[in-house]
Amino acid sequence: MPSANKITSHVITLLLAFILSLAAGCSGEHGGTTGAGRQVRLQGAGATFPNPLYQKWLSEYGKLNPNIRIDYQSIGSGGGIKQIKEQTVDFGASDSPMKDEDLRSAPGEIIHIPTVLGAVVITYNLQGIQQPLRFSPEVIADIFLGKIKRWDDARIKADNAGGVAALPATDITVVHRSDGSGTSAVFTDYLSKVSPEWKEKVGSGTSPNWPVGLGGKGNEGVTGQVKQTPNTIGYVELAYAVQNKLPVALIKNSSGNFVEPGLDSVTAAAAESVATTPEDLRVSITNAAGATAYPISSYTYVLAYKEQRDAARGKALVDFLWWGIHDGEKYARDLQYAPLPQEIVRRAEDRINAITQGGKPLRAAQ
Amino acid sequence: MKGKRDKRKSKIEKNKIRFSTRFSLSPLHLLRLMAQVQPTLPAPSPASGYGARARPWSFRRALAPTGNTGDAIFRGVLFFCALLLLLIVTSMIVAMAANSRLSLTEFGFRFLIGREWNPIKGEFGALPFIYGTVVSSLIALLIAVPLSLGVAIFLVEQAPRQLARPIAFLVELLAAIPSVVYGLWGIFVLAPFLRAHVEPQLARSFGWLPLFQGTITGIGLFTGGIILAIMITPIISAVVRDVLSAVPVSQREAALALGATKWETTRVVLANAASGIAGAIILGLGRAIGETMAVTMVIGNRPEISASLFEPSYTIASVIANEFTEATGDLYLSALVELGLILFLVTFIVNGVAKLLVWSVTRGTSGTARAT
Amino acid sequence: MKPSSARHAKRLLTNAVMTTLAAACAIVAVTVLLLILGYIAYRGVTAINFQFLIDTPKPVGEGGGIGNAITGSFVLLLLACLFGLPIGIAAGVYLAEYGNNWFASAVRFVTDTLTGVPSIIVGVFVYTIIVLPQKHFSTLAGGIALGLIMIPIVTRTTEEMIRLVPTSLREGALALGAPQWRVTTGVVLPAARAGIATGAMLAIARVSGETAPLLFTAFGSRFFNWYLDQPMASLTVQIYNYAISPYDEWHAQAWAATLILMALILLINIAVRFFTRQRF
Repeated sequence: MPSANKITSHVITLLLAFILSLAAGCSGEHGGTTGAGRQVRLQGAGATFPNPLYQKWLSEYGKLNPNIRIDYQSIGSGGGIKQIKEQTVDFGASDSPMKDEDLRSAPGEIIHIPTVLGAVVITYNLQGIQQPLRFSPEVIADIFLGKIKRWDDARIKADNAGGVAALPATDITVVHRSDGSGTSAVFTDYLSKVSPEWKEKVGSGTSPNWPVGLGGKGNEGVTGQVKQTPNTIGYVELAYAVQNKLPVALIKNSSGNFVEPGLDSVTAAAAESVATTPEDLRVSITNAAGATAYPISSYTYVLAYKEQRDAARGKALVDFLWWGIHDGEKYARDLQYAPLPQEIVRRAEDRINAITQGGKPLRAAQ
Repeated sequence: MKGKRDKRKSKIEKNKIRFSTRFSLSPLHLLRLMAQVQPTLPAPSPASGYGARARPWSFRRALAPTGNTGDAIFRGVLFFCALLLLLIVTSMIVAMAANSRLSLTEFGFRFLIGREWNPIKGEFGALPFIYGTVVSSLIALLIAVPLSLGVAIFLVEQAPRQLARPIAFLVELLAAIPSVVYGLWGIFVLAPFLRAHVEPQLARSFGWLPLFQGTITGIGLFTGGIILAIMITPIISAVVRDVLSAVPVSQREAALALGATKWETTRVVLANAASGIAGAIILGLGRAIGETMAVTMVIGNRPEISASLFEPSYTIASVIANEFTEATGDLYLSALVELGLILFLVTFIVNGVAKLLVWSVTRGTSGTARAT
Repeated sequence: MKPSSARHAKRLLTNAVMTTLAAACAIVAVTVLLLILGYIAYRGVTAINFQFLIDTPKPVGEGGGIGNAITGSFVLLLLACLFGLPIGIAAGVYLAEYGNNWFASAVRFVTDTLTGVPSIIVGVFVYTIIVLPQKHFSTLAGGIALGLIMIPIVTRTTEEMIRLVPTSLREGALALGAPQWRVTTGVVLPAARAGIATGAMLAIARVSGETAPLLFTAFGSRFFNWYLDQPMASLTVQIYNYAISPYDEWHAQAWAATLILMALILLINIAVRFFTRQRF
């Protein structure tokens, strides 16, 4: 088949030409990262908690700045922390602040920039329950410890006395995260505060050793499992429950009120601690005092090196963060995230201004 | 009678030629190659033999027996590429051993029997993952082995050629479906189906067994095992098919001549091919052990040893897939790499054993019959 | 000896039952395949449209597509071929033409076992030797990971195909005074070309469905990307991310992407079957 041979050789030639052009493009890119009009590319990875918002931000920011291309992959907060430490990404993201030992073992100083506030909500998949369920902290802890096994348990009933239709006589299937997660860290941080037993047996962190349940990857995975499996209970960021029309439970806060997660109750939780927030902005606001505060609220952070390696990319990063905590906040409300309190915005500005390249502040450079 | 037997014989002979020239057709061609230690057609005597045999060894002549510089370069390049394969495997082992040193020294043998996987406390034990891997693979084998034996017997011993070819092709297409697609199908079709129909039935009928107690979610060891069974069926059946068609026709003729029924003849053939079938099964096991995406998507991802098959579990491959990009502590990462090393070595050994077993049958394809 | 009729009847019954069972097994296996393919076709066709094929991913609720994942998969496959085919074919030629020593036996054994190594291990390996030193996820790393998976497949197929070339061809060329390397490149390789190409295509079909090795190497991306040092989207990783997500919209997209991927893989498999059937 001589004609087939000819075709084959033509195809191979074409392929080679294509590859060579790719390689040329690649090396050209290395040559002129700072050239005028060049596209600047940033890679971010981390928390799934703020992912719906970040995707919206990137989409909107990309429209305003076509020559800056920022990508964000939601691989979990644990992944965000790991990859920023390995310097494989330009910025990481996490809902729980990095631990001291993680900061120490990083190759440079990492700063935390809070972007928005969110709520970790208890969501569930139960047939025939119309009104949102109510939970007290001890009941949540015992469900996730595996001590309360059935939906018609007397203690769940007690929290929901009156108003709620009969709870089904079925097993509870707990859904938790299988990856390292800031959402898990926030949730377990809360449970450790309200349940001594939880603190002793499980503790808090991005990858706790869950006593019971199914694992799902990311907020996406947990929401998916809850949505697809009857009689499940899980914890996810509010936006995921709302986007998927899943019910959201009311939780009893430290003042004894059952509070619905939402913009106001999350903002109320943050308001309590604004004055006492430390300089580096690493703070936990779970189980906050205040009559209307939602107890499982959290800031979510972008993680970036204080000293950037590349001027153009560093500049693009600070500009994007600056845009995020100002103009970006208006997209937060639509997706059920609470904007930062004014005082925190001001202090976040200071942190962004502290980012340097070659010792020179990047933000002021314009 | 004679005519019929001739026909049968020629059919089997045709089969043999078909299989020998055709193995590269299927998605499973490599397994086929592994099953055949020597080429099926008479091997050309290697070219290195030309004119070099009697003389003493020298490096240059080792490279170019013909004494031609072009040959030396050519052979050198080829040799380097072959060497590269050895280097790749060695560097894989070295890289993983080096990266898991922390965990190896910290836990030692305890790693294999530790039941706790707790990154917060820095306690890492591999037993739950080993358990999940072993049990899900066993479930897969329990289902896949009879199924693929049936398929192979049907294709080699029973089906007319016009039917056998397309069916064989379709079954092998199962092996061409990517793992992630099985996972997708598992999440949205298989898991809900098992949850609604199969698992409740099992719980009702065999609920007295601890295996079938517990909460029915459709996600867990059982579902993972079934997905794996579907995935390894084409692999086992393809190799068994080759092994069966390698059994000499004289065996079948002898059985038929003694008045055996078709099934009794098949049993004789099976007995002849026993070690090859064992090899095929172990090859399937090797694949099941290393399967990642599909299992990750349906097994529930929870490091716990539970008697119930309905409970979520975790396999070695899936914990690496889930946690590798985010293991923040050095010890954590090192423990994950050690899991990878274990998986690597286990699949290496399993595949080696399978290969030897399959060889033992297919080696003398045209040779004399082995004792039953 | 005349068998008792009861025993004979029992034997016939067993025969009938067992042969039927074997046939049933074949039917079950084929049915499962058809169920899976049918469901993919059903869900995929209802979700697919032209815009979807050329768009990039967008936030939930805004549509989006898999254009960048399709091109990403192709670029990754191309890189994998570029890296894996030459090495695989050269090693295969070595094994076939010079493969009668302990070294070749060792290579052959290692090659066979390498195919059994789970692809996720290859991903871990490439992450440690390429991604970590380079400090970023990249298309290059993904391509090399896929290439590493291709090499042993290509090597063994090539070896087998070259061995099928009759010895008389080599002898004829050698007798005309051609050096060994001319004989191999000019006579043996062309004669085995169709077989080698077949092996290569099947290797491509195999790695085009790989997900696990890409998770830590090519990573993922929201954009069309043409640079080898940047992360790259791929169909398989996109399917995985969408499959485990909770959004119905993304599920539909996962099925549509699966349809594209399966079409590619089935096409290669059927083409291979078609071509080799003609040849043999």
